[in-house]
Amino acid sequence: MMLNMAQAINLALKQEMEKNKKVVLLGEDIGVDGGVFRVTEGLLERFGPNRVIDTPLAESAIIGTSIGMAIYGLKPVAEIQFDGFLYPALDQLISHAARIRNRSRGRFTCPLVVRIPCAGGIHAPEHHSESPETHIVHTPGLKAVMPSTPYDAKGLLTAAMRDPDPVVFFEPKKLYRSPKQEVPEKDYDIPIGKAGVTKEGGDVTLVSWGTMVHVCAEAAEKLKGKNIDAEIIDVRSLSPLDTETILNSVQKTGRAVIVHEAPRTLGLGAEIAATISEADILSLKAPVKRVTGFDIPMPLAKHENLYLPDAGRVSRAAEEVMKF
Amino acid sequence: MRKGIVRFSVNYVQILDENGKCSESTELTNEQVKEIYELMVLSRIFDEKSVKLQREGRLGTYPPVRGQEAAQVASAYALDKKDWMIPAFRENASMIVRGLPMEMLLQYWGGDERGQKIPADQNNLTFAIPVGTQPLHAVGIAWASKIMGDKIASLVYFGDGATSEGDTSEAMNFAGVFSLPLVFACMNNQWAISVPRKKQTAAETIAQKAIAFGFDGIQVDGNDVFAVYKATKDALEKARSGKGPTLIELFTYRMGDHTTADDASRYRKKSEIDEWLKKDPIERLRKYMESNKLWTKDYEEKLLVKSGKKVEDAIKKYESVPMEDPGKIFEYVYAGMTEKLENQQKSLERQDESKS
Ligand SMILES: Cc1ncc(C[n+]2csc(CCOP(=O)(O)OP(=O)(O)O)c2C)c(N)n1
Ligand SMILES: [Mg+2]
Repeated sequence: MMLNMAQAINLALKQEMEKNKKVVLLGEDIGVDGGVFRVTEGLLERFGPNRVIDTPLAESAIIGTSIGMAIYGLKPVAEIQFDGFLYPALDQLISHAARIRNRSRGRFTCPLVVRIPCAGGIHAPEHHSESPETHIVHTPGLKAVMPSTPYDAKGLLTAAMRDPDPVVFFEPKKLYRSPKQEVPEKDYDIPIGKAGVTKEGGDVTLVSWGTMVHVCAEAAEKLKGKNIDAEIIDVRSLSPLDTETILNSVQKTGRAVIVHEAPRTLGLGAEIAATISEADILSLKAPVKRVTGFDIPMPLAKHENLYLPDAGRVSRAAEEVMKF
Repeated sequence: MRKGIVRFSVNYVQILDENGKCSESTELTNEQVKEIYELMVLSRIFDEKSVKLQREGRLGTYPPVRGQEAAQVASAYALDKKDWMIPAFRENASMIVRGLPMEMLLQYWGGDERGQKIPADQNNLTFAIPVGTQPLHAVGIAWASKIMGDKIASLVYFGDGATSEGDTSEAMNFAGVFSLPLVFACMNNQWAISVPRKKQTAAETIAQKAIAFGFDGIQVDGNDVFAVYKATKDALEKARSGKGPTLIELFTYRMGDHTTADDASRYRKKSEIDEWLKKDPIERLRKYMESNKLWTKDYEEKLLVKSGKKVEDAIKKYESVPMEDPGKIFEYVYAGMTEKLENQQKSLERQDESKS
């Protein structure tokens, strides 16, 4: 089927809910309204109000009650309406969802999924364009994934819903309605913890995730014109991180540019750069470079393009590492 | 036009007064009364012993129960085995009632996670140290039980301090909206470390907070086992019959320090403690039992010996458990270990080898 990312996510939810009666969805405006991005459209009609729950407006409660449901034996898939409203729920995620297995030495587990529309580029108001993935990745006990295509979205969400641990599923808003892609109707999953190589190349490795994978693809086109052959890695699984795929690529190219939308300081790019240099400094022909958001609050619509890495910034960085 | 549109009142319940006199029937058999008394005595000995162990450096920081035995024991006693109990962190006595071995409590307060590996046949959640976070888990548990059609109820404990946390309000709100089978048991022990109840909320009672969320609140003499038992039992039955949540404010007092790391004399007067000493929950029940021929000196002596021995046995078990294998700290982060964790586990093993 030809689907955009929002439709692919909807299909994954629908199919898993049919298969697994324990899956329940909860969040703000996800039922009658079908979600503010229409991702859960039609699911209330199909599965009823016991499985598609419009909650009162309280993020900490959405996650906190999901934790209780997961402990009891349901498979809650909670939606946080926008990235910037994750913060009230971070306490529940960090203090409890991430720890209950460890705290109880395996007696209780917390297999929940948190879906979060994330990142910028859609000219939204303040708090609607954040990239909070570092907070999740930094928390032992949580997993985090972010697809960049409809195909990956369906497979990764299916895997997330079958995972025995809490998974935060980031959905780049800008990609919800980007070009449709062939998405199999049949059941498939994409293993959490595995990155994808979306373009092979021999000169420089571009490492990114979410919306930025497409920016890297655009940059790779530009670089081609300058005779630079870039390899693109779509990290997909931010935690656990597939260091093997990244290191294999850097071993081949000897150069890496890491691209993310989140602010630079302590962004996942810092971890990847450190991992590359710890594991394999001798294959590097140039220092690892980062192209990231700035260390400022995400600007409002008029200036968001200044903040967001674009193909120009990425290709310039790649040229710099080539020249080193 | 102006007219009153909402009126509310909050009931206070006491069945057993400070002199051990009962104002109504207790709904408990003599055997049950004795069982509750014995659990309270056991809890107190455990509690005293735990504080002592901490002073001797044999236990970590410990939050004493002293004074709250009726509130904890009688409420936990009202639960059915299949019901869920979601504790805060001070519910050592409730945990004992629910069957958690005392050596596991010691193990946990001694700094060993295995103490919170709740036995598989017990529906008790682990302690929650972040204040006021666990009512939401209880709502999720009660909600799941309702969705799955299980005929059980759940009960969550939280303190007077916890009522100020947003999560506690969110929990009551959700429970009200979805009419969940849950009892909110607020342990109003008058203090949140050094902050007195009056500085926690301007509301006259904690019980009345339920009104705003659309369900009943009741204040109960928390040092009266019979009132605590009856109020909890009624609320649990109401929950099971699909009539939604109840907030029970258990009006009691924390006789000890906040924890063994605290010195309560810095912020509260001895005269206040002396007043509450007269309301001691164990002493009160003892008086009742004595006048109803359920208690003799001989019975008491035997009970103290028996309970003391149980606690000593638990301490022995606790102190003879071998340390958990160091590598285990990596093994419960996820269902399976990630490559990164495996590497870190190996690096810890190498460190260990180089030390020896
Ligand atoms: C979120 C949070 N803030 C602060 C603390 C530190 N703390 C531990 S217990 C406590 C007071 C709790 O009072 P209350 O809820 O009345 O329970 P009690 O200790 O009286 O049983 C505080 C401030 C904490 N554990 N969690
Ligand atoms: Mg208190």
